[in-house]
Amino acid sequence: MIVQIDCLVKNYPDVRAVDGLDLEIPDGQLFAFLGPNGAGKTTTIRILAGLTRMTSGAVRIGGVDIERHPRAAKRLCGLAAQQINLDGELTVLENLDFHGRLFAIPRPRRLARAEELLDYVELGGRRDSLVKTLSGGLKRRLMLARALLHEPRLLILDEPTVGLDPAIRRKVWGLIKKANADGVGVFMTTHYIEEAEFLADRVAFMHQGRLVADGPPTAIMKRLGGWAVDRYGPTGMTTEYYADRAAAAERLELGGAAATLRRVNLEDAFLALTGKRVQ
Amino acid sequence: MSAFLAVYLRELLILRRRLKKHFAAMAVSPLLYMLTFGCALGGGLDLGGRRYIEFLLPGLAAMASMTQAFGIASEINIARFYTAIFEEIQASPAGRTAYALGEVAAALTRMLLGCAVIVLLGMLFGVHLRCGPLFWLAAILNGFAFASLAVALAMAIRSHADQGLLGNFVITPMAFLGGTFFPVDSLPDWARHPLSLLPLTHASRAMRAVALGESPPVASFVILACFGAAFFLFALYAVGKARD
Repeated sequence: MIVQIDCLVKNYPDVRAVDGLDLEIPDGQLFAFLGPNGAGKTTTIRILAGLTRMTSGAVRIGGVDIERHPRAAKRLCGLAAQQINLDGELTVLENLDFHGRLFAIPRPRRLARAEELLDYVELGGRRDSLVKTLSGGLKRRLMLARALLHEPRLLILDEPTVGLDPAIRRKVWGLIKKANADGVGVFMTTHYIEEAEFLADRVAFMHQGRLVADGPPTAIMKRLGGWAVDRYGPTGMTTEYYADRAAAAERLELGGAAATLRRVNLEDAFLALTGKRVQ
Repeated sequence: MSAFLAVYLRELLILRRRLKKHFAAMAVSPLLYMLTFGCALGGGLDLGGRRYIEFLLPGLAAMASMTQAFGIASEINIARFYTAIFEEIQASPAGRTAYALGEVAAALTRMLLGCAVIVLLGMLFGVHLRCGPLFWLAAILNGFAFASLAVALAMAIRSHADQGLLGNFVITPMAFLGGTFFPVDSLPDWARHPLSLLPLTHASRAMRAVALGESPPVASFVILACFGAAFFLFALYAVGKARD
């Protein structure tokens, strides 16, 4: 297992952000945590990355306890935080070099790996540009390269495409998929439904600090049936779910123009489980 | 060692990119102090056969060793609350000693530049200080103490807005009471004793004695080293506690 979380609790003075979370993620899996703002996703990620102290419970990365051996655990993780935390005063290459030194990567390996990753995220031409001159999308790609520099076994991504336009977002998705195909496990949070559906082998819904569903996206969606009919009435929109398309289409005809037929998505599953929307 | 170098070299790269601005900033305050206190107000003042500006200049160098070293608190504050680079360091296997030493070393580099600027400004005013190794040792000990204190306090504060308070409550009182502008030893006991508890008082005393060719006060060097050790331990503790 690359991640083992046992009964994790995080209390803040006025709120329990994570409430008894149990989770195991096998090596190489692309796992997505889905939930609205305030669900406890970022807190969980910050605990995994060693940025936030847990109240109780245990977390192991690659079998290494993060409280007892934090430095060994951190070597196994590459983090791309939600906030862009690159150094704008340094160049692209200097940011990677700084990270490589923090992880004590020998200079020849550090420089070779930086060049390799700059090609990987298509930033080779901007290696000597100051980071403050890059666009948001380029900064996100650089953060991904930086997180991969020390060859982690687990890539931790907190809302990796937040604030990006759809085209750039798809580019970042491609990079995440590629890293995962190269054998790096991914633990990511998102509140973009389509991002979780497109990327994840496995999705967990988090709501008020607890897991409310966990499994492959298709299996979670299948619980509702494959098809949904949205009907718009005077009191708002209602959605009905059907196991097969024919039954859904039949209902659609009864609904007339004020109804639409579509496939069930993860948002439907989250709504059914919690009564709230993810986005 | 690698993590120490990472932190230190990052600060040096930033310093290098802003060097012209830094040099200008390092020169402005001392220049104003020299003009107003050294020339205008103290122009006719005689302190034991010395011009007041000769007395003032080593004090300004001591003050610069404090302010320039303590200035690292602002950089750490930016790294914690604005760019969040500090989280990049926290998520790495870098130890707190490597981090604190890296920041302190960067602060000492800035401090040495700041003191050098004052020595050069002094030459423009016709004051030639005896800047031997003991002069720089006192500056380094004082800089180490204030850089360590800066790291500790920058870790302890909870917001960007608190940064200004550090200057108001630490630097400004110390600058005016730590023997920069007047000889603390000439004060009555009730004032002299409390002011002798300030590290800057000992830095001013040591740097002034060396710069003016008097015998160096060994006790002041020892006291500065003790302040440095205590503040560095405080810094290590504060860095360890910085996780939320």
